Amino acid sequence: MDMMQLLISGLANGCVYGLIALGFVLIYKATEAVNFAQGDFMMLGAFITIWLTNTEYLGLNFYLAVPIAILIMGVLGYLLDILVIRRMFGQPQIAVVILTIALGFIIRFVVGAIWGHDPHLLETPFAGKELKIGALVLGYEEIAVIIVTLLLTFMLFTFFRKAKLGQAMQAASQNQLAAYYVGIPVKKIQSLVWALAGIVAAVAGALFASKGAIDPSTGLLGIKAFAAAVIGGFGSLPGALIGGLIIGVVEPFAAYYLPAGYSQVAPYAIMLLVLIFRPAGLFAQMQNKKV
Amino acid sequence: MSLLTLENVTLSFGGLKAVNNVSFHVGKGETFAIVGPNGAGKSTVFNLISRIYNPDCGDIKFANKSILGLRPDQIPFLGIARTFQNIELFEQSTVLQNLLVGRQRHRKSNLITEMFFAPSVRDEERRHRQVVEEVIEFLELQAYRDKFIAGLPYGVRKIVELARALATEPQVLLLDEPASGLSLEETNDMIFWIEDIKKQMGITVLMVEHDMNLVSSVSDRVLALADGKELAIGTPEQVQNHPAVIEAYIGTGKRIVS
Amino acid sequence: MRFVFKRSYDDDIKLFKHRPQFIYYLLLLILLIALPWLIDDFFLGEATNVLIWAIAGMGLMVLTGFTGQVSLGHAAFMALGCYLNVILMQNGVPFIISLPLAAILTGFAGAIIALPVLRLHGIYLAIATLAISILTEDIIVIAKNWTGGVMGLVAEPIEIFGLDIDRYGTPVLFYFVVLFIVLFVLMVVRNLTRAPLGRAFTAIRDSEVSAQALGVNVTKTKATSFAISCAIVGLAGGLLGHYAGAFNHETFNLVFSIQLLLMIVIGGLGSIHGAFFGAIIVGFLPQLIAITRGSISSIFNLGSLPLPGIESAAFAFILIVFILFEPRGIYGLWIKIRTYFELFPFYRKNMFKRQKTYLKTERMK
Repeated sequence: MDMMQLLISGLANGCVYGLIALGFVLIYKATEAVNFAQGDFMMLGAFITIWLTNTEYLGLNFYLAVPIAILIMGVLGYLLDILVIRRMFGQPQIAVVILTIALGFIIRFVVGAIWGHDPHLLETPFAGKELKIGALVLGYEEIAVIIVTLLLTFMLFTFFRKAKLGQAMQAASQNQLAAYYVGIPVKKIQSLVWALAGIVAAVAGALFASKGAIDPSTGLLGIKAFAAAVIGGFGSLPGALIGGLIIGVVEPFAAYYLPAGYSQVAPYAIMLLVLIFRPAGLFAQMQNKKV
Repeated sequence: MSLLTLENVTLSFGGLKAVNNVSFHVGKGETFAIVGPNGAGKSTVFNLISRIYNPDCGDIKFANKSILGLRPDQIPFLGIARTFQNIELFEQSTVLQNLLVGRQRHRKSNLITEMFFAPSVRDEERRHRQVVEEVIEFLELQAYRDKFIAGLPYGVRKIVELARALATEPQVLLLDEPASGLSLEETNDMIFWIEDIKKQMGITVLMVEHDMNLVSSVSDRVLALADGKELAIGTPEQVQNHPAVIEAYIGTGKRIVS
Repeated sequence: MRFVFKRSYDDDIKLFKHRPQFIYYLLLLILLIALPWLIDDFFLGEATNVLIWAIAGMGLMVLTGFTGQVSLGHAAFMALGCYLNVILMQNGVPFIISLPLAAILTGFAGAIIALPVLRLHGIYLAIATLAISILTEDIIVIAKNWTGGVMGLVAEPIEIFGLDIDRYGTPVLFYFVVLFIVLFVLMVVRNLTRAPLGRAFTAIRDSEVSAQALGVNVTKTKATSFAISCAIVGLAGGLLGHYAGAFNHETFNLVFSIQLLLMIVIGGLGSIHGAFFGAIIVGFLPQLIAITRGSISSIFNLGSLPLPGIESAAFAFILIVFILFEPRGIYGLWIKIRTYFELFPFYRKNMFKRQKTYLKTERMK
């Protein structure tokens, strides 16, 4: 049963990685840039939720606080695009990448300056409750994480497949000029994608902080989510989730079986191997630039 | 004597045969044009010769030796230079620096001598510069020598790309739509230059072009392609009047007679 | 306003465009040589730090600025240079041999790693190098028999021709050692940029297909660029080991890698000046923040609030301002100011305005 326990906690962790990776993929799909600050977005979302919910701060009802946090993060994402990212129009993608790296530093500093560097835990109504199935003990938080993640991924996936806005987002990513010509408001869509990335980050943050303590440096977790996105192939939403789950599951097993020191290498080693042998990810195909 | 030969070359992308059993040869000193409607596989032929694509079957020979074992970056060392349909210049460099990259195949220095800029490197640089200056003079680019590509008008960029190909001192020049996007005057200049390249420098020219005015004034022989297949091959007049060619063009709504 | 008349091809090959330019750089060099007698030991130490950062900056500039390959993992190669140098010295190899040898070995290591990794483009390459940086930190801990693990290593004082050189004991001598290496690296990088290899680098940065069609072996040239870049960064790492005295796996962490990249972006990508400008910012920013904070808290009576991460955040903020308003960094700003005075009063506001392009996709379907 040890195995099962490791697997479940790995899956719950993997879901959070997967959600951060979803944020990467969303922005990559729509703008071809990678938001290196997505992990810090998640951390910021978590702290905003904690600030609204926890009794030492505002102490709002959990089910009221989470939607507010989601709204705040969505607005922040939108504003970020309008005030900063949009001005990058026409600059190489790598400039956007460098900009988001810098943004991550700033978010970590601001959160640390406001809420301090001590670990915080989100107070949830289901904290400490457990579900026992035979010898298997499942925390309510873990179950919530898995269910919410699956739901969110499914919603986003359908949104990009079916909804008009989702399709327009995809068109805008593949050729901005052509999308512009056929009447898609490219700039507005880009802002909406950033808002969406903020929303996903808020959900990921609330889930993360409900099952474990969080502090500003947790934002660097985003790097593990890179591994997830890379394994999934960077362009695929379900791929990102599966990548996240793989990383999440590999970690506890590596820690269990490998000697100390080697285990934390595992996610990055997997990522590097995938990049070298299957640079387009495990689930995607890529062609060379056309001349 | 045939310099460049394609023998029964076929290339498919998925189910689509972009180039279907195409054979032709280009003789030394000849100007050979490939014409055809959009999507006929003209540029694909160039990319096959440049080794960007690998043919499914058939052989490509240069001076009677197959080039299919070579990497794309080894092709210029044979003396084959090319231009691109959508201009691929080094935007952040000056015209002079662009042309000097064309001298890459004549580089004799190595990492160590270049690190210390040994006298031999300096001598070599002077020789490269001399060749480049000759090309600049030939194509009348003096005024743009130290200008950055990013600020140049389209017509000039087109000529810079031709100049860069000439700076490699090629035996064969592959021109991918040399007149596309050029004004009537600029096209006429291009005609003169291609004729000069052929007559003064003795360079074999293989080009892909839409503009029949340019094609019929400079080329010795023409190959008409449609849907990857050969329609006709012969002198410009023969090809223009070939029933299959006329049908292919009228079918796509294009006039071939200018 | 100055007009430069070129009389021979050598005018474009030589290092200085005209005599006054040569004189400016000569004056700068004299100033650098006289520096130990102009400032006290503390600031000399800071200046040494700036020069070491400048070496590392030039190293990354070769790869990122000239060849257009973004690396988020160069701290790994600084670490390699640093550890190799100290381990060689511990085994009795004198500093004059151990440092160059460490750099060359780092270069080879770079070339070996480059071959699989450099097939990746843009963002993928950035992520792969990021992974290398993180893995290196862990590998240093794992290989504790050589690296001392978490405890780290201590760099012994340098001995050259019987002279004992130590960062604290003889800061002036150490400064000169660093200055000498700065000049050496500067010469190498400058020579490469005016030679065929340097042109092949920029050709790859601007258009890989085109470079290939002109006979540049893209894979090999990228690997060469990576190797040169790593060797130079290895030199900087070796020097940093002596500068810091003691170091461990955390000295060269991921943040260090990122800071190195941000530094050359702030300085100005694609110019050697950029590496130096960036290094000056990195070197003096902590002092500047300390002074600013001192004056602010004395005004508002805040005392000294601990604000970890403020340096990185300030640095990041400067970077964002530059990316938004002057993408060519401090060097771009410098060019504008210089042009303003050279052309006075004819400078136009839009002189350096670049044409904006729509994003074209790099991936195909």
